[in-house]
Amino acid sequence: MIAFLTRRLLSTIPLLAVIVTLSFLFMRLAPGGPFDQERALDPTVRASIEARYGLDQSLGRQLWLYAEGLSRGDLGPSFKYTGWTVREIIGQALPVSLSIGVMALGFALAMGIPLGVLGALRHNSWIDHGAMGLALMGICIPNFVLGPLLILLFVFALDWLPVGGFGGFSQLILPSITLGAIRAAYIARLSRAGMLDVLQQDFVRTARAKGLPERLVVAKHCLRLALLPVLSYLGPAVASILVGSVVVEKIFSIPGLGSFFVNSALNRDYTLAMGTVLLYSALLIALNLLVDIFYSILDPRMELR
Amino acid sequence: MSPHESPWSLGRKRLWRNRAAVASLLLLGIIAGSALFAPWLTAYGYDEQNLADQNLPPSWSHPFGTDAAGRDLYSRILYGGRISLAVGLVATIVSLVIGVGWGMIAGWFGGRTDEVMMRFVDMLYSLPFMFFVILLVAYFGRSLVLLFLALGAVQWLTMSRIVRGEMKRLRRAEFVEAALSLGVPRRAIFLRHLLPNMLGPILVYATLTVPAVMLEEAFLSFLGLGVQPPMSSWGSLANEGATALNAIRSDWWLLLFPGVFLAATLLSLNFLGDGLRDAFDPKLSRR
Amino acid sequence: MESALAAPGVPATIAPPDPRGASYMISRFVIPCSLLALALSTWSCALDEQKADFTFLNAEPESIDPGRVTGQPGGRIALSLFEGLCFRHPQTLAPVPGMAERWEKSDDGLVYTFHLREASWSDGVAFSSEDFRWSWTRLLDPETGAKYANFLYPVRGARAFHQGENTDPSSLGLSCPDARTFVVELENPVAYFLDLCSFYPLAPVPRRTLEAHGDAWTRPENIVGNGAFVLESWQINRRLRLRKNSKYWDAARVQLEVVDALPGDYINGNFNRYMSGVVDWIDADGVPLGIVDALAERDDFHVAPYLNTYFYRFNVEHPPLDDARVRRALYHAVDPVAICEHVTRGGQQPATSLVPPGIPGYASVELGGFQPELARALLAEAGYPRGRGFPVISLLFNTSDSHKQVAEVLQQQWKDVLGVQIGLENQEWKVFMVSTQRREYDIARGGWIGDYLDPNTFLDLWTSSNANNRTGFSSPAYDALIAEAARVVDGARRMELLRRCESIITQEECIILPIYFYVVTNMYDGGRWGGLEPNLINSIDLKSIYRRGES
Repeated sequence: MIAFLTRRLLSTIPLLAVIVTLSFLFMRLAPGGPFDQERALDPTVRASIEARYGLDQSLGRQLWLYAEGLSRGDLGPSFKYTGWTVREIIGQALPVSLSIGVMALGFALAMGIPLGVLGALRHNSWIDHGAMGLALMGICIPNFVLGPLLILLFVFALDWLPVGGFGGFSQLILPSITLGAIRAAYIARLSRAGMLDVLQQDFVRTARAKGLPERLVVAKHCLRLALLPVLSYLGPAVASILVGSVVVEKIFSIPGLGSFFVNSALNRDYTLAMGTVLLYSALLIALNLLVDIFYSILDPRMELR
Repeated sequence: MSPHESPWSLGRKRLWRNRAAVASLLLLGIIAGSALFAPWLTAYGYDEQNLADQNLPPSWSHPFGTDAAGRDLYSRILYGGRISLAVGLVATIVSLVIGVGWGMIAGWFGGRTDEVMMRFVDMLYSLPFMFFVILLVAYFGRSLVLLFLALGAVQWLTMSRIVRGEMKRLRRAEFVEAALSLGVPRRAIFLRHLLPNMLGPILVYATLTVPAVMLEEAFLSFLGLGVQPPMSSWGSLANEGATALNAIRSDWWLLLFPGVFLAATLLSLNFLGDGLRDAFDPKLSRR
Repeated sequence: MESALAAPGVPATIAPPDPRGASYMISRFVIPCSLLALALSTWSCALDEQKADFTFLNAEPESIDPGRVTGQPGGRIALSLFEGLCFRHPQTLAPVPGMAERWEKSDDGLVYTFHLREASWSDGVAFSSEDFRWSWTRLLDPETGAKYANFLYPVRGARAFHQGENTDPSSLGLSCPDARTFVVELENPVAYFLDLCSFYPLAPVPRRTLEAHGDAWTRPENIVGNGAFVLESWQINRRLRLRKNSKYWDAARVQLEVVDALPGDYINGNFNRYMSGVVDWIDADGVPLGIVDALAERDDFHVAPYLNTYFYRFNVEHPPLDDARVRRALYHAVDPVAICEHVTRGGQQPATSLVPPGIPGYASVELGGFQPELARALLAEAGYPRGRGFPVISLLFNTSDSHKQVAEVLQQQWKDVLGVQIGLENQEWKVFMVSTQRREYDIARGGWIGDYLDPNTFLDLWTSSNANNRTGFSSPAYDALIAEAARVVDGARRMELLRRCESIITQEECIILPIYFYVVTNMYDGGRWGGLEPNLINSIDLKSIYRRGES
């Protein structure tokens, strides 16, 4: 395990280097810069601003300086939000996105797994059909439709929940549901399919024949294996929660990282854009690693390369 | 089971027995047909503005109502279907071509080549693709072609993994050994022997990629980067409909109809994909 | 994004697994619990829940340093934190004594003497005229990179200093005879100089704070100001909280104790927050276009004229637009009434001139408006009868629903009246900026908000050297006219000269196509709040807001 981890972590560094370079080049390729605005800049002013941010130097040198700053943990100043450093901005926005993401994930698991497992256990009954019907709704309603619908219902019609913002538990509910719905749907389907597969196995019939109570059969033997497909789905699911949060953050006015992610690209805020890309990539890498580790724990036949 | 039946015809028969899948296929056919024959199905153009008729609810002359610029929603949905389905199909084909090609090469040669190629795929998995798609679409113009390519490029990774897995499995099969020893050229082996056997998982995944791409296009529309006006897609129409929902006055038809079309298509594709998987996946032993 | 097929399936036959305690524990307990713990800990970053007295919608400012701010959002905050020589009356926008309790102007209009009142910064340090001299010098220092430095160009020696030709600050026409007197010498008698002095770039900044903290001086823990409020906290994209400055010279009249500025770039979300009472005041950033006609009926919907014109630029270097008759034909073929009634629907007025109405002492040059016969005649005269032979050109705008709708209407009108086919093209904002700067367009969408209450702000744009011109129009005669108007002292004569300038731009050369005048759109409960009546520049004066029904 240790060797595996070390090898993985070592290969991460060149990976991140490539990502930094790629995103750097991509940003610079784009027409327009951080300081292009409706009100044109005086050439003197523009020159002075560019000198202050180091934009008057060669691309190679800028990349080098950025990498050097990275090694010290300095992600640079934001080009658009003067007076803020990228680290501060991310430091404020990341916990917000994490809360929403974790709640959404929790919702997805808490809704999806029970629905799917129940459906499989009561195969072809009305519970099964109902659960799968719910799951299907989750799949085909996009989150930018679900969000406003939920707002109309719970905020304006029923007046049960606040309209947005961040800070209290009640403000987390609707965004988490909106973000987690489609993942809940997929998890329900995956766990149902996985459960159905496992339930066919010989050892299950053996256990039942031996007279073990049903709940024990399910919990101790089947669940672990049935959830393997869900586990490998979690990797891309969490990644997409990170991205999908852009929509949810906009609709519910949540000050998370997703909007910075998108707006920094549109504003040509080079440092903030690269900072968020790096962060997302690091999260994705860490996630894939975690998924592989958990997979190997749950399924003894899988070996870690 | 006849020893001469190919997995293809076996699968087809199993698919036919799945009623949900057949119904979905039928529905998809109807939707695609309506999109294709749009000019004959409606008198209005999709960009015909009539400022006197803004925001009208459904009526005889406008079965789905009109939008804020007085355009007939029914026409916009039909023509928009062309865009949505085209985006879904073309992007999926792009991802297929790249993914299948990549996976086949990696799976066939194995060893060092395989490791390098799959490491590359792993690396790409860590890239937040959406960021680059957003950059691409924002900077380099609003051509549909670019949209297809960008969205397709996001999806090929998993396809390549699946194909590689299948390739490795089939590589050791006896008929491949036999063909090789007979001197059959590699290309023929790929095309006539291996590909048909991998068709199952490929088809299933492709059918499930289309809805994913359509939702991604809707996501880009939300950011204002998707299909550009006056063209429309179901995703952009659903967006317009969602923004028309508020506490004062909701033009519900702007959301309902595009939403229904989008949902129906997504559902049908999912059912079809499930049906295909049940029909073609040899690992399944459901009795 | 995701696919249900991401997993390899469960294999067909497996040996019965023994339920290893560890993995069972992990899958059943550890994961859910750690998830829950993570959730609980991360959202405990809730802000202190003291409710603000007044909450308003304000896009996230890029900066609150008066020298670096551009744009309304930053400007509103900067003017709450820092006060200049005078400030604008909330409704009439006339200059009201601020840090300067009175002033004198010389007869030739070239020397202003300001007498400052006794006041202090928010940290207790006494305020002196030296603060103004230092702040204005800093604004003009090329190192600062202040985007509004050119506002101080009327000051003697300012242009040379800013362009770097002269690095001696004492060459500037700014002097402090004593700690409460500030004297400014101008190169030209600028009629609107006092209005400029009310604008945020000319507000003073605390030298010692800037020197101690550099770019971090605007942090809540560092910042020092002389305005009605101090910055208490600032979470980016979440909330900016202001607290009444007890050391403000007029603190007695400030009614609000705590004010929150909430950002948001999603119009529907902002509107929802207003409707549910989270926000007390929103402007156009919170009014969804689709329902603006329904909202216009409501009591809490307030509309006022705005010093802001929506127009299209012609690239006068691209044929056939190099012929003024073609440009004028295109102008007269447009009926903006349709746009105002059906597209914008918020009470916008069709533009009858370039300079919007409302500037005291100035009567804008009225244009002919929609005259289809004249348009057709002009186009025929230019060599394209009924639009035959007219080359394909395109209209460029930045991506936005409303711009798209306006463009589509114009496209239709040009086709109907003139028979010409104009293509539509849209680009993302930054790309659009670059295209217009490089003049890679035929017709481009544009707009301009007046910076100060004088027609000059709309007219000196079109001089040859102004980077905001972007049309390729260059006329030495025009440049000379603008320069002459800057030197004239007599108000009436000056306005005449400016009218002549406007007439050249719109009537004769027609280098722009004015479409409509924006309106200031605010929503707030007028029965509850006073001091919020909208003004010509859409500014909000926090220190004059009060809750009605309280003394």
